Formats: sequence, C-alpha cells, structure tokens
Amino acid sequence: MIRFEDVSVTYDGAVAPVLSHVDLHVPEGELVLVVGRTGTGKSTLLRCVNGLVPHFTGGTLSGRVTVAGRDTRWHPPRELADVVGIVPQDPLSGFVTDMVEDELAYGMESIGLAPDVMRRRVEETLDLLGLADLRHRPLLSLSGGQRQRVAIGAVLTTHPKVLVLDEPTSALDPGAAEEVLAALQRLVHDLGVTVLLAEHRLERVVQYADRVVVVPGDGAPLVVGSPADVMVSAPVAPPVVELGRLAGWSPLPLTVRDARRAAGPLRERLAPLVDEAARRSRSTLHVVDGDPALSTSDLVVRHGSVPALRGVTLTADRGEIVAVMGRNGAGKSTLLSTLIGLHVPHSGSAAVGGAVPATLRGRELVRRVGLVPQEPTDLLVADRVGEECASSDRDCGVAAGTTRAMLDRLAPGIDDGTHPRDLSEGQRLALALSVVLAARPPVLLLDEPTRGLDYSAKQRLVTTLRELAATGHCVLLATHDVELAAEVATRVVVLADGEVVADGPATDVVVGSPMFAPQVSKVLSPQPWLTVSEVAAALVAAS
Amino acid sequence: MSRRTAHALGDGAIPRWLHPGAWWVWALGLATAASRTTSPIVLALIVAVAGWVVSRRRPDAPWSRSYSVFLRVGLVVIAIRVAFTVVLGAGIGAHVLVTLPEIPLPEWMAGVSIGGPVTAEELLLSVYLGLVLATMLACIGAANSLASPARLLASVPAALYEVGVAVVVAMTFAPQLVGDVARVRTARRLRGRSDRGVRAFVGSVMPVLEGALERAVDLAAAMDSRGYGRTGPVAPRVRRTGSALLLLGVVGTCVGVYALLDGGTPGSVALPLLVLGLAAGLLGMRLAGRRAIRTRYRPDPWALPEWLVSLSGVVPAVTLVVMSVLDPDVLVGQTAPLTWPGLPVIPVLAVAFAALAGVVAPRPPGTAAVRDVAPARRRELEEVAA
Repeated sequence: MIRFEDVSVTYDGAVAPVLSHVDLHVPEGELVLVVGRTGTGKSTLLRCVNGLVPHFTGGTLSGRVTVAGRDTRWHPPRELADVVGIVPQDPLSGFVTDMVEDELAYGMESIGLAPDVMRRRVEETLDLLGLADLRHRPLLSLSGGQRQRVAIGAVLTTHPKVLVLDEPTSALDPGAAEEVLAALQRLVHDLGVTVLLAEHRLERVVQYADRVVVVPGDGAPLVVGSPADVMVSAPVAPPVVELGRLAGWSPLPLTVRDARRAAGPLRERLAPLVDEAARRSRSTLHVVDGDPALSTSDLVVRHGSVPALRGVTLTADRGEIVAVMGRNGAGKSTLLSTLIGLHVPHSGSAAVGGAVPATLRGRELVRRVGLVPQEPTDLLVADRVGEECASSDRDCGVAAGTTRAMLDRLAPGIDDGTHPRDLSEGQRLALALSVVLAARPPVLLLDEPTRGLDYSAKQRLVTTLRELAATGHCVLLATHDVELAAEVATRVVVLADGEVVADGPATDVVVGSPMFAPQVSKVLSPQPWLTVSEVAAALVAAS
Repeated sequence: MSRRTAHALGDGAIPRWLHPGAWWVWALGLATAASRTTSPIVLALIVAVAGWVVSRRRPDAPWSRSYSVFLRVGLVVIAIRVAFTVVLGAGIGAHVLVTLPEIPLPEWMAGVSIGGPVTAEELLLSVYLGLVLATMLACIGAANSLASPARLLASVPAALYEVGVAVVVAMTFAPQLVGDVARVRTARRLRGRSDRGVRAFVGSVMPVLEGALERAVDLAAAMDSRGYGRTGPVAPRVRRTGSALLLLGVVGTCVGVYALLDGGTPGSVALPLLVLGLAAGLLGMRLAGRRAIRTRYRPDPWALPEWLVSLSGVVPAVTLVVMSVLDPDVLVGQTAPLTWPGLPVIPVLAVAFAALAGVVAPRPPGTAAVRDVAPARRRELEEVAA
C-alpha cells in the first residue's frame, strides 16, 4: 500500500538529510507504529506519505514514494486526498470549518462527491466514531478527545486507504486516548484501513501495532519488526515490557493482560518484600517551617459564568512533588494558573509562600513561584539561547550566567547561538525550566511537562524534579501521564469537575484505579508497586 | 429536507440553518437604511431591532457572540468622534458648553484650531454622525452572529470559492490573534516582566505574529491534504476569459454600489453601471465555475423564510433611500437650532418591519433542542398527574 524506495529527504539550507536511503513497505490493512526520539524525522516520514514533503515543505526528495500505486512525485497532496488521510498533531490547527458536521463533509466536497453519497458517509462516520451527539456542535467547544475523533472522522469520510496520524494521543487524558485508539482499532479491523501512527507514549499504543518502525535518526537505517521483536532490544520501552525484561518473561508481553498472566511467580516472590519496600521508598523530606509552600482554601474560580474550580482546598509543603491528575477540562490548568495569579479567585483564597499570587508583580512574583506552561515555547522570547539566558538573568535580577548554569545542569551541550525553535522538545523544556528556576522560586508549577517528550528526556526530567524536591522546592505538576506520576510523585491529587476527589500518597490513590494506575501497578495489583525501578530495587535488596 | 418543510416559518418550523445569504441581505439592508439618516430615533431603533433578532435567532456558537463586540466597537467610534470634535471643533453654534484653552497654530494652518469653545450643537452633531457608523457596525455584527462566515462560504459560487476561503481564513484570524495576545501577556507575567503598558505591547507583537503565521501554514497544509484546490480540465482560453469578466464585474459592481450609496452621483449613471457590473460578474462566474469540481454538502435551501427575511431587510433600505431623495429633512437629526429629535413616522415603521425576520426565521439547530425539552417534559408530567 505504501512503498518507500531508497528515499532521502534534505530540507533547504540543512547540511545533513533528515531521512537517508529509507526503504519501507507497508502492506494493506496493517497498523504500523513509528517510534523514535524527537527530531529524528518521524514527522517527515509521515508527511512524505501524502506528498506534503516535498510539495508543501520544500526541500529535496530523492528516491520514490508510492501510495496505492500513485507516485507522490506527480501527485501533490490534493490529488492524494482520496487515498491518504493525514491527521495533524494538533487537530485544531487543521480544522477548516467550524461545525462538526461541516468538517466531516469538507474533504468530500473538495474531491467532488455526489450529495447523497456525502450525506450517507457523514452519517456512517458519525456512528463509527461515536460522534452522533456532537454533530451540531461548534468545533471549538469540543474536548481534546472529541476533537481528535472529529479530525480522524474528517479524513475518513473520503474513504482513504491509508490513515496517517502524528501523535494522536499525546495531548489526551488516559480515557480519551483509549477512545481514540479503540476507534482506530475498529477502522483497521472492520474496514481494512492501513494506519501509520507516530507516538511517544508507547505504553498506550504498542499493543495495537502489527509492526513497529524505529527511526533512529542521524541517517541510520530504519529498524522494522514485530512489536515483540523490536521491544526486546529497543532502548525505549513501555513499563510493561521493562518489567517483562526484568523478570525474564518470554515471549515478552506487550499488554497488561499478557503480563498479568505471566506475573504469578513474580508476585509470589515480591509478596514478602512489600512492607520492607513501602517503608524504604517514598520516605520524603517534608520541610515544614511555618507556612505551607502553597495552599488554597475553598477556592472557586470561574471562566465567565462557568465554574472551573468549585471549592478546592489543598496544601503542599516544600520537598513534596504533587501530581494533579484528572480528565481534560477537570480544572488542572486553572488551578495552576490561579496559583500564579493569572486568575483571580471568585471566592476562597490561594496563597504561595504566604502571599496572594494575584497581587504580586514582576520579580516579587517570580521569586515566589514559577510556572512552566503547557507550551514551553510561550515562555521564550529571544532568537538565541544565549540571549534568552541573558534576558532571563535581567528579568529575575540575578547574577549574569545563572540561567546558563542552570541550563547546563539540566541539558548540557546546547550552543548559545541556537534558535529555541531548533531545539528538541526536551531541550526546549529544559530551557524554559532554567528560565523559571533562575529566580529560585520555592514553588514550581509544571503544566503537562511530558507532552511530546521521549523516554530519555522524560527520565532526565524525573531526575531533575527529584533533585529540586530534595533541595527544598515544592513541585506541583498537572499531568495525564500516569507513568510519570507513578515515577516521581510523592502525592497524587485527582480533580474531577473542579473538585478534589482524591488526595493522598501516590500508592494509595493510583493502585486499583482503572484510569490512573500505571502499568506495573496493573500487572502486580493488589501489591502496591508503581514502577519497574521499585521492583528491581526490592529484588536486588532481597537477594 | 423537502420543499414543504423548508417553507415552514418561525418557532413552529423544524430547526434549520437559515440561508446565510438571507441574513446578510437583511443586515446589509438595515445598514443601508442607517447610512441614509442621522435621526437618533431611527438609528437607535435599528440597533434595537437588530439586537432583538440576534437574541432570538443566534446559534449557540463562538462566533455568535460577536454582536456585543461590534456594539462595543461602535461605542468607541462615537467616543473618538466626540473627542475629535472637542479638540478640533470650530465652535459653531450658540450654546457654548465650555471653552478650552486654544493652542496658537502657525499662520499656514489657518482654518484649523486646537481647543477653543465647545458648543452643544457641534457635540450633538458629532454624536449623531458617530451613531450612524456605530449602527452600521451593529448591523454587520448582527449578520456575523446569525450566520457564521464559514456557512456563508458554503454558498459562495464555485468560481469565487478560493477567494472566499482566503477571506474566511482572514476573518477567523482576528479572534485567534486576540487569544495569542492573551497568551503572550501571560508569558510576560510568568517571566516577571510587566504585562501592561506600551513596552509590553511592543514586546508581544513579534511572538503573536509568529504564532499566527505558523498557524496559517498549518492550516494551509491541512487544506492541501484534504483536496482543497483540485480542479477539472478546462481550456486556457475559457479560463482567462472567465477571470477577466469576473474582475471587470467586481470592479463594475463596486463602483456602481458606491455611486448609488454616495447619493452625489445621479442615478442614471449609477444604476446602469451596477447592472453591467453584475452581468459581467455573473457570466465570468459561470465560465470560471467550470473548472471547479467541488460539490456541496447539505446546501441551505432558499425558501419562504429566506425570502421574507431578505424582504424585511430590503424594505427599510428602499424606504429610506427613496425618502432621502424625496424628503431628506425628515431623516436629518436636527442640531441647529437645538431641538428634541422628531419622530419620523414612515422610517420608523419601515425599520420596525425588519423585526419580522426574528419571527419568521426558523430556529437554528442545537439551541432549539434544549428549549424543546421544556414543553415535552411538561406534557409528560401532566400525563403522569392525570
């Protein structure tokens, strides 16, 4: 269905090719997962499929890409619209109309289908993706998961043979991600659509894949194989696979279900170690000196007339890492922005370090609390990393070089002359984090920090957060990433509909929760293990 | 939808989108009426009628909140006009309210004065003139709330479709820009910089424009991937003739409309120009439309409600245009001598007729479903009680 023959892509002005000598054949009806670190050319690979590379992006493509027999050399993206549907990373950026039903029809209108065919296919697609209730809704009013499903539906109506998705679940909460993946699964099974999918969150998708393509970057050849084969040696793997490697299970399980069936002996070995491990891990230093680092009491925040937070009472001390979880729109981001004074409480109060954030300005504010927003780029203003660091030093009123020193600790080896946009996601996060940390705020807020991060960048983030907590920072992070929360949080707060529904040590809150339990916990429940490293440490200590 | 259901009127009809063209004809009719009068009573009535119809028939969608935005912009327009009059006014009129210190200007600027006496007559005139602009803005705002720009696009002739897309993208650009400005201001606050004042504004221009540009590129890629701009085969000569006629038509129509609205040009010149322009445009569209292979999903029908809504907008426009020729004094808001504004009966009745749109138009989908629950539920409860 999709055939890459000796394909190399070099963008204009680039020294080295993004992809070099790629050979890949995807037969009809397969679901292929594309993995690799950020910046290795995954998106380029995906966009070659419908000719966006090079027709739209420019650059030079040598070799040949054919889709359903059509060569992308002679067929620009619009001529491939009836065979390839491509869903961009941010669905909102690709919406052309403003209502759900019109959006579904747009592609069909463009390729000139008859009105009765369009009518029938819109109805079919609404049913297939469970969108019937939303047909008259404006696109802007939809939640993240709904938007993603509409974006998939919008390209499906032209009955493409190939569906290409770039990180379809990275911005979604676990529930919405399940929805989207279930819909994809159905397309592959029932309609025989060929799916090419790039995703960092392997733990969510690897079990659905027929084959995995690893894009190693730096011009190295692709690694292609069945998920189990690739996972055995892959440098990055979801926790369930790592647990399998640790326990020496063969064949390597890819799903929680398979792992649970193999986990009986491991659970027996671990049973006597539970109490010991519980005592040793998660013992954190709480610095309780007078005021809590941050506190809210009966906090109500409204957006217009819509209440986003309905009476949230929460305190956190220095040395704690608190993960705030909950579905999209539960009020996580609002809580964070209220704590830095972007929203004024309707009633109740919020305080950081004993001060009311909404009344603070400038340096007063950044010395008390720092926020890394969902899109770290928002925070960056300069054209070069060096200027960015210098301007951050001036903003915070600290000695020159402070930000740069912080950056070198978090992500060493970034050149001063680089444009922040040319950094990888992980490096950009590190830069934003350094800018925020330069003023040494005792309270650090992070909104969805692992969006778009690969495993190694995530691991570095975990290390950084632990160090910060150990040096007396209070870290509050809003996240959908259950694995991150399991790894790093000392406490988990679950928000639903603007209210706190659970608040307690990570182990208590996430174990047994179908939505927020990490994979290791699902495999080993009812024992309270959260991460592979915990299990490994316990086993080492016992032997 | 069958022809018959399409003809149903008002609250009893099955909820459906009214043809966006009908809303625009209605709103532009009101705007034309507003352009022909400075009578504060007529102008206020136009704003009121537009507001009433919007409140009854607007869908529950983000763009439908634009009426109040346009109203606010209108108030700003009035304020600016008044401010200019206060500063630059010549002080004509008997009732001096206040005398500002006058700034002496060099001789070559004779005729312009800064400061000096401010009279009630002048002030009132500037309010009336500002009100005309504000009312026209309110009419455009009403059309924006009632019919989404994108729905209007769906009804654009195939030949103009690609131009239409550009316009719609530009129109959605503005609200997104507002969102971007807010985001950048937030970032400035997070960086510990001032988020108010001129420097903050200058500092946020570049990131905002960058973001907008990036989004435009993303959208273009998405549209290209979804088949935007696929064309059928057409002989180059036909294509060129079509484009030329289209261009000629657009220019002719614009000049004709301007001449007609301006009032200074005799009707014997304006009308033929308009007709010729329209004819050339229509022919050009037919030729250029041959290239397009687009089809349309569920096009909005043009049935009885559409005719009535358009009519209710055309009536005030025609009435006021005719009256401005026959009996212009009635339509002028008197400022010298100062009097209370009179009540011009015929224009008021004509404008009130535009409220018909709020009665005959079917409700938009989505909103009605919520309201329909109440009576149905009531009936259910009554049955249970019985």
